[in-house]
Amino acid sequence: MNSLVVVKNLTRIFDVSKPWLNRVIEKLPRALLTAVSNVSLNIEEKTVYALVGESGSGKSTIGKMVVGLLPPSAGMVEVEGIDLFKSTDDDAVDRVRSDIQMIFQDLFASLNPRWRVRDIIAEPVAARSGKTDGLAERLLEQVGLSSKDADKYPHEFSGGQRQRICIARALASEPRLIVCDEPTSALDVSVQAQVLNLMSDLKDQLGLTYLFISHDLTVVRHMADRVGVLYLGRLVEEAPRDDLFDDPKHPYTKMLLEAAPKLDGFDRTPDLPEGEIPDPINPPSGCVFHPRCPLAIDRCKVEAPEARQIGRSWTACHLAE
Amino acid sequence: MERIGRAWNSDFVWSFRHSPVAVVSLALVLVLVLSAVFAPLIAPYDPFDPASLNLMNGFSKPMEPNTFTGDVFWLGTDDQGRDVFSTILYGMRISLFVGFTAVLFALILGVSLGLIAGYVGGWTETAIMRVADVQLTFPAILVAMLIFGIAKGITPVHMRDEMAIWVLIIAIGLSDWVQFARVVRGATLVEKNKEYVQAAKLIGRKPGAIMLRHILPNVLSPVLVIATISLALAIIAEATLSFLGVGAPPTQPSLGTLICIGQGYLFSGEWWIILYPSITLLALALSVNLLGDWLRDTLNPKLR
Amino acid sequence: MEMPVLSVRDLVVEIPTRHAVLRPVNGVTFDLHRGEILGMVGESGAGKSMTGNAVIGLLDRPARIAGGEILLNGERIDQLHGEELRRLRGKHIGMVFQDPLTSLNPLLTIGEQLTETITEHLNVSAAEARQRAVDGLREVGIPAAEQRMDAYPHQFSGGMRQRVVIALALCAEPSLIIADEPTTALDVSVQAQIIALLKRLCRERGTAVMLITHDMGVIAETADRVAVLYAGRMAELGLARDVLTQPNHPYTIGLMGSTPLASAGRARLYQIDGSMPRLDALPSGCAFNPRCSRAQSKCSQDPSPSLAAHQDRAACWFGGENAQ
Repeated sequence: MNSLVVVKNLTRIFDVSKPWLNRVIEKLPRALLTAVSNVSLNIEEKTVYALVGESGSGKSTIGKMVVGLLPPSAGMVEVEGIDLFKSTDDDAVDRVRSDIQMIFQDLFASLNPRWRVRDIIAEPVAARSGKTDGLAERLLEQVGLSSKDADKYPHEFSGGQRQRICIARALASEPRLIVCDEPTSALDVSVQAQVLNLMSDLKDQLGLTYLFISHDLTVVRHMADRVGVLYLGRLVEEAPRDDLFDDPKHPYTKMLLEAAPKLDGFDRTPDLPEGEIPDPINPPSGCVFHPRCPLAIDRCKVEAPEARQIGRSWTACHLAE
Repeated sequence: MERIGRAWNSDFVWSFRHSPVAVVSLALVLVLVLSAVFAPLIAPYDPFDPASLNLMNGFSKPMEPNTFTGDVFWLGTDDQGRDVFSTILYGMRISLFVGFTAVLFALILGVSLGLIAGYVGGWTETAIMRVADVQLTFPAILVAMLIFGIAKGITPVHMRDEMAIWVLIIAIGLSDWVQFARVVRGATLVEKNKEYVQAAKLIGRKPGAIMLRHILPNVLSPVLVIATISLALAIIAEATLSFLGVGAPPTQPSLGTLICIGQGYLFSGEWWIILYPSITLLALALSVNLLGDWLRDTLNPKLR
Repeated sequence: MEMPVLSVRDLVVEIPTRHAVLRPVNGVTFDLHRGEILGMVGESGAGKSMTGNAVIGLLDRPARIAGGEILLNGERIDQLHGEELRRLRGKHIGMVFQDPLTSLNPLLTIGEQLTETITEHLNVSAAEARQRAVDGLREVGIPAAEQRMDAYPHQFSGGMRQRVVIALALCAEPSLIIADEPTTALDVSVQAQIIALLKRLCRERGTAVMLITHDMGVIAETADRVAVLYAGRMAELGLARDVLTQPNHPYTIGLMGSTPLASAGRARLYQIDGSMPRLDALPSGCAFNPRCSRAQSKCSQDPSPSLAAHQDRAACWFGGENAQ
């Protein structure tokens, strides 16, 4: 197995300050939001790597940096050994770009409403002046739609069908890596099942690699081979799927698994999580999870934990064992 | 046939069919525009052919035989014996030509600048939008008069009458681009963050292609609305400028010029010289404006 | 049996459009008793929110109640207008919506909003109203409730805001709460807190809750009974445990099968092909028949049997017989 994606010490800081004049008048400091802090991970070829986290965990930001839509503030992302932002080899960058695709959450905004489905699907190929004859029709059938749909416009389709069109577009350039940012969050359960099944089938048929970004633990458990748990932009735990779900090490992972509603949770009274996610502009000192952590000790308030390997899991916690 | 059937039943056409104001406005606009376009065929006289003019016909009352020649003019004649009905038809040609061309000029300028400002952002955006803000603080007529004055100063005397129409178009167009730019910039800011634009970026599309092929088609519906309402305003602006004597020259009279001429005879009893061009101007501006209002209500889901 | 708090009988909601009259709710019948939590599940467009809105008289025109009855504590409330309707909301029915921001007035402090609601509906002095408001906030777990009374909605986090909304919904001591996707906009960890809070408060006070959600997990952990809606009709009604573990209606069976289950691992998900029909293109007979694996000719001809208020079974010709 070789790594298709290598992420090393990836950090992204957003400047969310008010405009300069407001800052001067109101005597405000510059506000910096660290969306992603020092994240390192590898994605093996032909596997599904899932990133889970709640809002503000930085999971989508990582996704955008992996596909090259957003430059990192520090650290690097390499896909097939090429850093999209630093490489000087234009041919290699172009080749890698066509190997990366993305599927988005918003079913209405992800397809240009003024374009016919045929043109939408063929765009990745047309943009590189490749041959597009019959391409859209073939891909539509591959994702379970009819080749006649190519002449329609996006508004003529239901949510699930739109996501199939997005998948068809993502497949057009014959990518190796597809970053899926909450691909089924906007879908109803029965349609979600159709889309997840389709994604699994395509992965097996085409040998795809997925970076699967989601807040839904059941979906992640269904899809992933390896899971990374993010909290406030930090990777707090990373493990093979079964290890993570059966034997979580980090207190945040445990809390998340406990809090998620269970389908068989009749009369269950879960241990309730403490507090809420802190303001990412002024994150807590030391381990960012310490104010909500039931195990926290004084050390946690001052010293940010390094990731340690325990069994097959990597955990950033002083106390995990 | 099926296509026509579907178009006939589409929400857009349906709401048109069920809006009496829109139907009447469109009919009126069509009648006025067509009669302007086919003025040479419809007009009983050519008001700009000096040979056909008879000074004896001056100040003929509408529908009454002239005391000297016995000729009957539907809407009367002016001081030089020109048929008012014919001058209105020819005047409307100039008014509509200036209006359409000025709006087209403003539209192209405003949409391009708005797209660039919204998509590129940063200093480019600041520069474009500050210029727009500054221009908005002056009344459009003032801006147009300023441009007209400058142009008059730099064009050679013998070309002034020829150039006047084009100067008018540029003056009105330049005073009108701001609202296009503002609306398009706003819409572009929304569209550029949508995922379909991200997907296009991911593919490696160049910014120019993204702006033209992806964003532009999605910001056009408010542009259509503004263009229609601007057309009414541009026609009025042209009339105002011409009325003030800084617009179309008397050799190529527009509706505004006609009103200006007629104004001189208002108190001597020759009311028809000013009344009929004014009514035409009113009908034209009002119907275009009502059509624009209806378009805005139909295309803007927030107002529905 | 004691009188139900809420009793809905054959409710029909219609939306006239220029092509046809749509029925987003078509013959919904259920009872809701004191202290009971009834889950309403269904996919988008199933009519669950529309049912909730019909009960509180919040249907947006041109939607209107076209048939059936809604009884609150034995009194008809589906015919109320204006002032009566306004008194009904807040006093007798509390509401919790998905987006807490839209249910709070951004220009008033939460203290003002709470005391206003209390004095409006209960006959108490201003001082007592304030005291009740503080107690309410404390009860929903807002730290430093006394000081937070003077804060504005935007000064609260999403989870805290939803707590305020719950306090507001409960402050006039209504007998029924309608919670429409109360946790959908919240993170998992906060969702657990809010669900637990809602559950505890309603148990303590005996408030009946109509919980509208698309999340089967939330239903399992919260609801006593569950109604499954499909295309505006009730597909199945029963105890949450029974419906979720032994569904009778083919749609519920499919829905449960297509939910990724922790225990099932990587197995392929059960798939109901197609999607819910649009309201202007409902199939004849049972609305589910084109997607149903058991459909027979009867299903496309006769409408599915309707559900009576308190009978626990599926609205399916073959549900009882073929149940797994």
